[in-house]
Amino acid sequence: MTELADYAARIEELAREQGLKYHGVDFELVPDRFMMETAVYGLPVRMPHWSFGVRYIRQLVQRNMGLSRIFEVMFPGDPCKAYLVDANSLAENVLVVAHVLGHADFAWRNGLFQRSMAMAGGRILEQAAARAHRIERAFIEHGHERVEAVLDAALALESHIDVNRPLYRTLYGDKPDASLPADEDPFRQRWRSLPGEEAPAADDEARPRAVPPHPEYDLLWFIAQYGPELEGWERDIFLAVREESFYFYPVFACQIMNEGWASYWHARLLREADLEPPDLYVDAIKAHSDVVRPHASGKAVALVVNPYHLGFSMWEKIVEARGVEGARKICAEEDDFGFVRNYLDNALAEELELFVYEASSDGSLKIASRDINAVREAILAPRFNFGSPRVAVTKMDVDGSLTLNHDHQSDGRGLDLKRARRVLDYVVRVWRRPVTLNTVDDHGANEVLSARPH
Amino acid sequence: MTSRVRFVAQSPWYDLFSRGARDWLRHNQKVRQAVRDQIKDLLSEGDFITQPDHRSVRVSIRMLEHARFQLADPQKHTGAGQGKAQPGDVLRKADANASQGAGEGEGGNEEGGFKLVLDLKVDDIVDWLTDELKLPDLRPKSGTVLEDDEIVREGSGRRGIRARLDRRRTLKEAIKRRAIQTDPAAFVDDDLRFHQLRLRPRIANSAVVVFVVDVSVSMTEAERKLAKMFFFFALSGLRRQYHHVDVRFVAHTTEAWEFPEHEFFQVTGTGGTAASSAFRLAQDILEAHYEPSRYNAYLFYASDGENAVDDRQGALAALRKLAERLNYFGYIETRSGTVRFSQTDMRSTISELAGSGLNAHTQTVANMDDVWRAIRRFFVHQAGRAEAESTDD
Repeated sequence: MTELADYAARIEELAREQGLKYHGVDFELVPDRFMMETAVYGLPVRMPHWSFGVRYIRQLVQRNMGLSRIFEVMFPGDPCKAYLVDANSLAENVLVVAHVLGHADFAWRNGLFQRSMAMAGGRILEQAAARAHRIERAFIEHGHERVEAVLDAALALESHIDVNRPLYRTLYGDKPDASLPADEDPFRQRWRSLPGEEAPAADDEARPRAVPPHPEYDLLWFIAQYGPELEGWERDIFLAVREESFYFYPVFACQIMNEGWASYWHARLLREADLEPPDLYVDAIKAHSDVVRPHASGKAVALVVNPYHLGFSMWEKIVEARGVEGARKICAEEDDFGFVRNYLDNALAEELELFVYEASSDGSLKIASRDINAVREAILAPRFNFGSPRVAVTKMDVDGSLTLNHDHQSDGRGLDLKRARRVLDYVVRVWRRPVTLNTVDDHGANEVLSARPH
Repeated sequence: MTSRVRFVAQSPWYDLFSRGARDWLRHNQKVRQAVRDQIKDLLSEGDFITQPDHRSVRVSIRMLEHARFQLADPQKHTGAGQGKAQPGDVLRKADANASQGAGEGEGGNEEGGFKLVLDLKVDDIVDWLTDELKLPDLRPKSGTVLEDDEIVREGSGRRGIRARLDRRRTLKEAIKRRAIQTDPAAFVDDDLRFHQLRLRPRIANSAVVVFVVDVSVSMTEAERKLAKMFFFFALSGLRRQYHHVDVRFVAHTTEAWEFPEHEFFQVTGTGGTAASSAFRLAQDILEAHYEPSRYNAYLFYASDGENAVDDRQGALAALRKLAERLNYFGYIETRSGTVRFSQTDMRSTISELAGSGLNAHTQTVANMDDVWRAIRRFFVHQAGRAEAESTDD
């Protein structure tokens, strides 16, 4: 470990010279299994839930089959926390240290990460651990069945937060939402200035505002705040899951940029650090090329794009064309949507041999297009809206019954009805009043699902 | 310039950390709960294999999925890929087996592809069914005393034959005596102790179960499945009550044969039906191998009730003789979807028997629910609650 620390000091010195900026990073060498669990749970200490057990066993199977290996898990914060596997080779861990510094630099620069940290603070891991302990206590106090029912619902809605609104929100007032002053929001300002758009009609102040006053996409928040008969500890669980989702969002929204940036920097730092002995450099760079490579290598085609490789290739081109400072500006301002749409150009897409494929339900699979716009959108589609369908609360009746609306037009098709029904079953146990969901079926006809409390 | 990178000492308890395993166990618990809740459906689908030891049933189930809102599977799934290929290239032709949905292994069901194989203890299943069907609790039978004595060793005394010399007790006596005597002899006659014998009534805790099935052409696959389910659970119940259960399998058309278990449920026959042949074979088996004083005997007969008309008297006679030897005779009349005469030939034969005071019972099963009902009735009877049975239907 002292050896690794020595190398890390060299790398860090070089990183400083190169202008990498970051809050401190605490590294810890941990056993392989702890690493795997941390990757599965998303946090080093997190609430228990059986669905994590399913993911854990899949990960375990994959690892034992040699399909998947985890090198590093890094949590942005102040300080950042990074885990390395104690059984990995020195060269691999030196590479990981450089990679983590790249992530730390990205988190320091990127707007989404900055905003997340400004809202939630830099010690999310400790907070998550404290919440996990509170949930453990709830298990003892309220029994396994009840707590698990709440976790079933909250975790099923995990990604249904509204990232455009703040983490800490006030309840709907009698007046229009004060948390988003209409005039200060740059997006709305610009929207209004577009031709053909009129300012929305002012709210009728006399009439009490409906709850929710607008379609509410933050389902976790809404249920936590407005659930009839929701008990304090149940609200805590919903808010805990929500807070963690806000924390995960920047990582999700910037995966290509972030992994690419970290890979770019680990490659560059290792290259320029003049590591001795040379074997160490060779071994480290071998680990690099195992991770940062197209999934297609060795095969003719791959039906997935490796975000490490895509991001890495894009940053190399960007630094080449605009210099490091230009790249840092992009780092600060974009997420994956802006990054891919603005900076993945035709030349690079051709060089990387990217394509769009089309799989039909009859089992046939063909290459549909190499058009750059189609490629970009195919890469980005699974990243839309935190990877989830757009479902909003549209109405809460006086008797407390809840109406959810699936925005099938922006998603392009309806929900998987079987799963949606089961999610409603989870939700209704916590909401304790009838819950209805509007979506469309395969043929575009309206489909209304509803669940009633038992 | 101070370093902003720190290496933190590893927490010593990480190796003890196993939340993944803990949540996995919780998942398995939930699976068992789910299996338990649907045990009836699961078993009716017949998606299980009896294990060689008869103690467990193997079912294969999907892992539980924690549902999320998710878009429906599209007709055409598009995605981004990488490699040397041109638009229009076909990577895979349309599959005849089109049920494999689009974009498999891609998004879709996260848990897909993995299946769990669970070994469920038959005892557990019977427990669950006992709850589910509100069956009486079947305890090992101790009260069934058959008219037979057995000789057992019990206690010791000074008299007896050489063969029953109790050497340990004899030696102990000798040591005690030597301790208080001066210049003692090694052994004297007074030291000798012998095992004593007592007569006591024997408790029969063995049973023999004969399953007879009609494999003539008129029995359909579905009907046989129903019979198999009934047999399986009746047997499981009996296995709990007796220390030792022997099972014999007999199939018949116009003739009867004995089969090993694994062949029994696969047997198909052709031709007509003469139940008397099977009853005679069962009688032979019982007489040859199972002493009435040591074995309780059960016979279950599954048929669609269409016995040949000219066999009627023969069947009745054979059955009358057989029934005297049996603790219980169960007749399972299976019916497929088609409506048959309400009073089949076999049925009237059985009711004639029951009328003359023999322990014969008829159950009609057309679907799984009937099987559960039949099992319930049988178990209720076994628990010796005839009054519950009479109010049952």
